[in-house]
Amino acid sequence: MDAILIQILNGLDKGGAYALIALGLTLTFGTLGIVNFAHGALFMLGSFCAVLFNKLLTLSVKVKDESITFFDAYKDQPYLETWFGETGTAIIDYSVPLSILFAIPVMLLIGIIMERGLIKHFYKRAHADQILVTFGLAIVMQEIVRHFFGANPIPMPPPDIVSGSAPIGAFLGINENLVYPWWRLIYLCFSLVIIFIVFAFLKYTTFGMVVRAGMADRETVELLGINVQRRFTIVFGIATVVAGLAGVMYAPILPPDYHMGMDFLVLSFVVVVVGGMGSLPGAVFAGFLLGILQSFASMNEIKSIFPGIDQIIIYLVAVIILLVRPRGLMGREGVFED
Amino acid sequence: MSIILDITGVNKTFGGLHALSDVNLKIEEGETHAIIGPNGAGKSTLLNCCIGRLIPDNGSVTFNGQDMIGMQAHDINHAGMVRIFQTPEIFPDLSLLENVMIPALAKRDGTFKFNPFKSMAKEKAIKEEAMATLADFELDKYHAQIANSISRGDKRRLELAMGIIQHPKLLLLDEPTAGMARHDTNRTIDLLNSERMCQMTKVIIEHDMHVVFSLADRISVLVRGHIITTGTPEEIKNDPKVKEAYLGESEDE
Amino acid sequence: MIKNFLKSTPLIMLVFSAVVLTAPIWLDPIGASYPDLLQKFAIFGIFAVGYNLLFGLTGYLSFGHATFLGVGSYTAVWSFKLLSMNIIPAMILAIIVSGIFALIIGFFSLRRSGIYFSILTLAFAQMAYSLAYSVLTPITNGETGLQLAQQDPRILDSLAGVVVKDGLPSPNIFGLAIPRELSFNLFGLDVNIGAGYLGFYVAAIMLIIVFYISLKIFRSAFGLKLLAIKSNQTRMKYTGFNTRPYLLTAFVISGMYAGLAGGLLASIDPLAGAERMQWTASGEVVLMTILGGAGTLIGPLLGATIIKYLENIFSALNPTELHSIFSFMPEGLQNIMVTIVAPFVGEGWHLTLGLLFMIIVIFLPGGVMEGLRHLGNLVKRLFGFNKTESSIESISSVSNTSPEGEAK
Repeated sequence: MDAILIQILNGLDKGGAYALIALGLTLTFGTLGIVNFAHGALFMLGSFCAVLFNKLLTLSVKVKDESITFFDAYKDQPYLETWFGETGTAIIDYSVPLSILFAIPVMLLIGIIMERGLIKHFYKRAHADQILVTFGLAIVMQEIVRHFFGANPIPMPPPDIVSGSAPIGAFLGINENLVYPWWRLIYLCFSLVIIFIVFAFLKYTTFGMVVRAGMADRETVELLGINVQRRFTIVFGIATVVAGLAGVMYAPILPPDYHMGMDFLVLSFVVVVVGGMGSLPGAVFAGFLLGILQSFASMNEIKSIFPGIDQIIIYLVAVIILLVRPRGLMGREGVFED
Repeated sequence: MSIILDITGVNKTFGGLHALSDVNLKIEEGETHAIIGPNGAGKSTLLNCCIGRLIPDNGSVTFNGQDMIGMQAHDINHAGMVRIFQTPEIFPDLSLLENVMIPALAKRDGTFKFNPFKSMAKEKAIKEEAMATLADFELDKYHAQIANSISRGDKRRLELAMGIIQHPKLLLLDEPTAGMARHDTNRTIDLLNSERMCQMTKVIIEHDMHVVFSLADRISVLVRGHIITTGTPEEIKNDPKVKEAYLGESEDE
Repeated sequence: MIKNFLKSTPLIMLVFSAVVLTAPIWLDPIGASYPDLLQKFAIFGIFAVGYNLLFGLTGYLSFGHATFLGVGSYTAVWSFKLLSMNIIPAMILAIIVSGIFALIIGFFSLRRSGIYFSILTLAFAQMAYSLAYSVLTPITNGETGLQLAQQDPRILDSLAGVVVKDGLPSPNIFGLAIPRELSFNLFGLDVNIGAGYLGFYVAAIMLIIVFYISLKIFRSAFGLKLLAIKSNQTRMKYTGFNTRPYLLTAFVISGMYAGLAGGLLASIDPLAGAERMQWTASGEVVLMTILGGAGTLIGPLLGATIIKYLENIFSALNPTELHSIFSFMPEGLQNIMVTIVAPFVGEGWHLTLGLLFMIIVIFLPGGVMEGLRHLGNLVKRLFGFNKTESSIESISSVSNTSPEGEAK
């Protein structure tokens, strides 16, 4: 019982990341008709927003280390600490959540530049061309990151106060020993909030209505004389920001490295396909489902029966779904079924 | 005359909508049979049930003694039933000659057969046949052009040529002149009445009464999923039920 | 008549063979004539030519072809370990085994088309890659990669009485060790093949053979049918073709080409690792094909050569060498140029690759071959060739359209 609960919890935070990435992926596919192979790279860029922000906050001067008295020692002291003392230290401690504020404008800008500069010219071209050009872009993005940040993963600590584990077992009154890292819990809540915001935005704003109408029947919306172009840019921007935020908050869970985007891209495409191309609830549902499935597959009991299942479970599910029910779990009938 | 296509008691519903209800239709060998009817009467649904795109809820479609229901598109083709689409379905990236050679190859090779070591240049018989067919349709002059570059009327004639070269036992034509200018329409009528084609069994779906009356031996009228009558052009012209169906429909609009 | 002769298969093959076999001579001026690089040209040429049979002819974009390359390599190394160090059985087995893999993966993937097909192939490739690193370690030797060992059984070799005394054996072709120098007398000419060139010639001969097969496929009714599937698959079905077996055949053939390429890689350097199956490797072969020109006969080969050549140059450069390249400039400008160029070379070669990828897809979807065709047309127009011919053609096509039909 506890083992099952812990596996579900373990799967949820990963599932949250999958869901967030897949949400943007399916949004751009559903409205813009674009297959974006650079979407994983956007997630990676988000993670590096956190890294960059942390670097900016910890820009330092060399000062004499007072704690060492028997010879002249120097240490790096961030400007923030020099200027604000304790407050500065606290700000640095909270660099990851604070970098959300930094990441939103940055990712939005990247999204808009990307859509205006590149994606817009590929609306009318074949899916194969879209895949190829965004694949090229993904390589370019990750190589640029590698040029500036190096090839090694960069650990990003969460704020001190949540670096430990939450006594979730005691809280639920089942098992005292059942604990779960605070940050993963936060990530799960964070992803749910973002998902909620995106859905609310699409449901309760006129803009969202047009976007949903566009997903259902793009041609009609265009015929209505609605300025689709500008909306496309915004939709793409939103998808970029969502992927970026998913990346920012994931940094303490998985130390960012330059090629993490590719791994997540393949997985999130699988999530989109399983959920149903162009279905937003499908993407969210499938994201969590696959996260949990993956977590179960990595249990020793299951691995001993099906060796290697943890490595391939997601792909296996995707293959089965595509062959048995190509429109995905929640995709509409007849949409992109061929 | 023997019956080549026998549609008996075919029903098809979409959701709650009865697209076809209890359709019975017998096509005789050698005749040109037109199916007319107002928009939304179920003409395309009927055609799709014949060629395996849709599976009827019940009833039977027998072609040349063979049950057609559930058969794959390529098997239906080899049974001898060939469909010409309303929007020209051609190979837009290939030359006109290649467009016509491919159905000829299908006729010869069957559904799946390949020999990667026999060069196309050696397929002389196929090429000659294709050129002759293109000539019949006055398309031979630009046989080397890419099919996408010719006019829409020419594309539809090209598709007709692609159907004819397979010597089908039955040719299904879906509005062969829709969207054509008058002179193109007349040209198509002449082609369908030409020596090569007039003996061929044909089922034509058409709106244009001029086309119907210049081609058809018999006409069936389909209204709201029912065949209300079948007869010669003269009988249809004077049938009060047909007039009513068409007039009634136009009052609705 | 002359035109037909120029396009005849024997002539093309003669010219092609001559060009490929003399590559060590004519590639010398651009510094690309050493065996390592030449072997890569030939091997990745085979890979791309095969990939083109699928993507170029049918339009199905597979993102999993590196799997077959990897399978070919593993099979070849196992053949070296278990059977013989002779590369002939190794390559035959590599082709067969990767063909079987292609048959299985293709059978499932081809149930879908478009992006679904791409994602399915990607999913299978990732599965194969993950398994090679984890559960299949007994077969693949995981991260270390599959290597030869002195005590390998080599059944056929030991039957033939070949004993390896010290060190590792090297792959050979009927006793001629691949890395070896070779001198012989051919029609009174003293031929001297330097160390490593034997490997190139083996790969080159394979390339000539598979190019011939590819040429025959392009020119056969089979090739035309595949092109027709790319053009309009629905029409193909209603024309009486069962398209899936055709697609599967193309998929398996291209998988076998990849297997052969993988086997050759292992023959030249008897080591197989899972990184060969990574999806970036699949992406690379896609790039080679579109860079040269998907659907053209020679394009993919050109693409493979260009990419491997650029890779060789760019990845070897470092800032010091850049300084010497820009040394003709004044000091300040020199530093600026080095700073600008440095991210694109050495480790940054992949950045250049990605940019190249984007530029080609955006500006030249038909690849180098399309570029050459445009160039050819430009030259023709500039010098007035073909002018009269084309104007006659256009007049005849105009006069042939409607009026005649109307008169009837």
